[in-house]
Amino acid sequence: MSVINAVTCPICGCLCDDIEVTVVNNEVVKVKNGCAVCEAKYMGYKSEHRIRQPLIRKNGELVPVSMDEAVHEAAEILANANYPILYGWSSTNCEAQRIGVELAEEVGGVLDNTAVVCHGPSLMGTQEVGIPTSTLGQIRHRADVIIYWGCNPWSAHPRHLERYTSFTEGRFEDSEWKTYINKVKAAAGRKKVLSAQRVAPKPQRETVGESAVESVVFNKPPETLQKEGRKLIVIDVRKSMTAEMADYFIQVEPNKDYELMQAIRALVKDEELDVDQVAGVPVEYLREVVDVLVNCQFGVIFFGMGLTQSAGKFRNIEVAISLTRDLNARTKFLIMPMRGHFNVAGANIVFAWQSGYAFGVDFSLGYPRYNPGETTSMDVLLRGESDAALVIASDPGATFPKKAIQSLVKHPLIVIDPHMNATAMLGDIVFPSAFVGIEVEGTAYRMDNVPLPLKKVVEPPEGVISDEELLKKILAEVRRIKAQKAKKTAEVA
Amino acid sequence: MTEMLIKNGFVFDPLNGINGEKMDIAIKDGKIVESVNDSRAKKIDATGLTVMPGGVDVHTHIAGAEVNTGRMIRPEDHVKDVVRKTALTRSGTGYSIPSTFVTGYRYSKMGYTTVMNPSMAPLGAKHTHEELNDIPLLDKATFPLLGDWWFVLENLQRDDLEGCARHIAWMMETTKGYAIKIVNPGGLESWGFGRNVHSIDDVVPNFDITPREIVCGLAKVNKMLNLPHTIHLHTNNLGIPGNYVTTLETMKALESVPNDGKPICHITHVQFSSFAGDNWGNMRSAAEEISRYINNHNHMTFDMGQIIFSDTTTMTADGPFEFTLYQLSGHKWVNSDVETETSGGIIPMHYKRTSAVNATQWSIGLELALMVKDPWKIFMTTDHPNAGPFFEYPKIIAWLTSRKARMATLKKCHKKAQKKSLLPSIKRELSLYELAIVTRAGQAKALGLKNKGHLGVGADADVAIYNINPETLDIAKKYITARKAFDSAAYTIKDGEIVVKDGEVVQNVPGRTMWLDVKTTEQLKVDEEMKRKFKDYWTVEYENYPVFDHYVKVPEAIPVKADV
Repeated sequence: MSVINAVTCPICGCLCDDIEVTVVNNEVVKVKNGCAVCEAKYMGYKSEHRIRQPLIRKNGELVPVSMDEAVHEAAEILANANYPILYGWSSTNCEAQRIGVELAEEVGGVLDNTAVVCHGPSLMGTQEVGIPTSTLGQIRHRADVIIYWGCNPWSAHPRHLERYTSFTEGRFEDSEWKTYINKVKAAAGRKKVLSAQRVAPKPQRETVGESAVESVVFNKPPETLQKEGRKLIVIDVRKSMTAEMADYFIQVEPNKDYELMQAIRALVKDEELDVDQVAGVPVEYLREVVDVLVNCQFGVIFFGMGLTQSAGKFRNIEVAISLTRDLNARTKFLIMPMRGHFNVAGANIVFAWQSGYAFGVDFSLGYPRYNPGETTSMDVLLRGESDAALVIASDPGATFPKKAIQSLVKHPLIVIDPHMNATAMLGDIVFPSAFVGIEVEGTAYRMDNVPLPLKKVVEPPEGVISDEELLKKILAEVRRIKAQKAKKTAEVA
Repeated sequence: MTEMLIKNGFVFDPLNGINGEKMDIAIKDGKIVESVNDSRAKKIDATGLTVMPGGVDVHTHIAGAEVNTGRMIRPEDHVKDVVRKTALTRSGTGYSIPSTFVTGYRYSKMGYTTVMNPSMAPLGAKHTHEELNDIPLLDKATFPLLGDWWFVLENLQRDDLEGCARHIAWMMETTKGYAIKIVNPGGLESWGFGRNVHSIDDVVPNFDITPREIVCGLAKVNKMLNLPHTIHLHTNNLGIPGNYVTTLETMKALESVPNDGKPICHITHVQFSSFAGDNWGNMRSAAEEISRYINNHNHMTFDMGQIIFSDTTTMTADGPFEFTLYQLSGHKWVNSDVETETSGGIIPMHYKRTSAVNATQWSIGLELALMVKDPWKIFMTTDHPNAGPFFEYPKIIAWLTSRKARMATLKKCHKKAQKKSLLPSIKRELSLYELAIVTRAGQAKALGLKNKGHLGVGADADVAIYNINPETLDIAKKYITARKAFDSAAYTIKDGEIVVKDGEVVQNVPGRTMWLDVKTTEQLKVDEEMKRKFKDYWTVEYENYPVFDHYVKVPEAIPVKADV
């Protein structure tokens, strides 16, 4: 039995690196410090959905074949394709991503990662206005106003608050964990008293003034906004679990974040607003919140799909970043995207240093090109322009729109994944993959772009190799096939 | 057992006092040797050509988080400058922030063989090294940012120089770094809460220490550790009109550090720190004041930070200064503070001849280089990409060696800048010998790189051969021909292998990453107390923090014996 410390968890952008894993006979038996999702992955990586050997679709069925045969077939497809897509990359290590760039360049394909359905708009927003940001430790040490906008870390990044924001100790700020516990206890106590008195809790709908705005549920800014210590503000279309923990929750009407942010920017610049409410939020409450923002010592906005995938997309991010820029005239304010996959940031980083572009990189002309909407994989698929695809460390079969998937399966589809996921079930050639961070070591980048090492704690299943090794094999075979073709052409000529 | 003989070239090797002598250079197994077997050796006929040691760049931002974020936010910078894949070379893009492969190819094409990446946030060191691994054809090293590191601030505040030294030694090994980099000392920690320091005696909030104490303390620590390079300093108040006063005060403060007659500090991109006046309207050159001081003191070295009139990108660890640029320009702006350590910022910048300020800045860099009498004191850089892209170095070479070239450019500048410029009164033109000093020999010497920047026996066989015949080409007159020659080396030789011929890459070699293996007599006690403090200060585990050996593909560990 061995206990391995300082293990980096390979799930989400938090990239917690304080996980303690106990291994007995090459199996993980206990996980300490991780959240529920982390534990589930470390205990469940040996599920029955694991792919154990390479498969090729013959007569409609996926049948096991040798690694050499599968590598050769995959290489043939990629070498002969005119415009292949190489997509995914977000759940594997940087070492594999680097080979991916080389392979995409070799076959003249489109190299893209999951940002295209996730934080691609954030990257595009930064290309418009930049981004005032920092590493997560700065937040932990200094932030006294923390805003989660359009994201729900309680479910998606479970340890975010306890490691980096409200519920952690910093050099200059204390944890708000005790205050939160007291609040919860007080609320539970209130409920008990009310139920003992047989009184139903007050209904939540309120009208504002004569306009009787059919407003959605909101909380009046309580005295807690004036308190010392860290303040947590959540802005979302519904009261998520994170909002339940917040000092202040603003419920914004769906698809109206852009208007709300512009209104807040106006108030930050001391301008008058001619309306009573914006995006369902009364302006007088916005004024109180803005008061808190401009008077804080150090504020930060974390944002997610609520902004990137609602109406406005990258314009939402552009405005959110612009709001942060404006606030820097009054106080210290930063902004950070809540990256999802544990190494989605790494893929963007590796692509950028090798090609200049972070995603949607088209190598078909022999040099890197980037034009979102033209060279991004989703759009290439929607236009039906690709003629082959390699999907790795992602599941577009589950996350892409129907039309894109239809286009994907029309042509040869090579899939590399540990599990028989939705995409693998549609594949023509399927390769087993070893889990990075469990069975393979490597590097990943956290949501704040800090690089961390991932450990290997157990051996992969027999015959299953790492993505890096597999891609190297495919690349070598592609080069061999192309060299042979060139020789044949030369001989004929 | 590869042997090579470079025959009959005009050799300029200032570290060995060779000034244009016609001689042969013998190479064996990647090193310069006394002689080789004439029949066996591969011969290069360098008749009529200039032979110099490979170029050495003391300060160029080419790898790491800051550089890469710059790449990511500026697709418009790349679309105009694409590089096709060839059988030998990878594809990529430029312009002011080239992708990694292109960076290696372009430096090598100009005859450069060694480059220093001057800014590395220790927390992101793995990233810097991953990128350095992907820069081919060059030997590299990188400097960790340490001037605002909490352990440094705390140790110096306590006057614990030995404690500070041990922490720094640990940090060099942990980040595989080469020198102590200091940027706007005290300012970066202040910027953590949006503030800055404005003089070297301002007190840093929460840490009760001043920039003067940080700089002098680290200069002393550097001496105690016997590090090959001096501390590498980006001054306070950089880029602010009137800042030359701060620069002079900083240099004066360093006079108090014992120095055995050798330099104890390198001020980088000193052009940005040499502004007189008190606002952008009356801003003018302080090159006279600064160069006068430099000419009378020997405890400092410098590099230019020369402006190129071009679209480019500024990126420094000086977060508050980048914020100032954002406030001036409204441009897209990146800020990237790093917990416990440092900060950073990025803003695109376009230097125009028609801007009186930019044109004055352009003049300042050249004035400094030409008015400092000793070429061993001030070296050629653009602080790439801050003042301009590195592949415009040949333009600077022309301005330094040809009065005609710089007057031609000056005439196209804003009239106000022309009037203020000191260049019309400067007749000096650097000779090829002096040029070899400011582009290779001087830099190697200041960096303490024993086997670089010269062609003596035992040096690494890094050689640049240029299409310049000193007997027939007057580079002061025919500066465009000279520029083309320095743009596109006839041969670049790296470790005895021809990697570039006629400005084209003909062979791939990975290049080494050099780092300091500092041995103190008493190692830093990494005990439970230190590990606990580590957990308090950073959001990563102590065990996951270092740059493990496998992160550096081709390492060259340089052993250093410290006096502590």
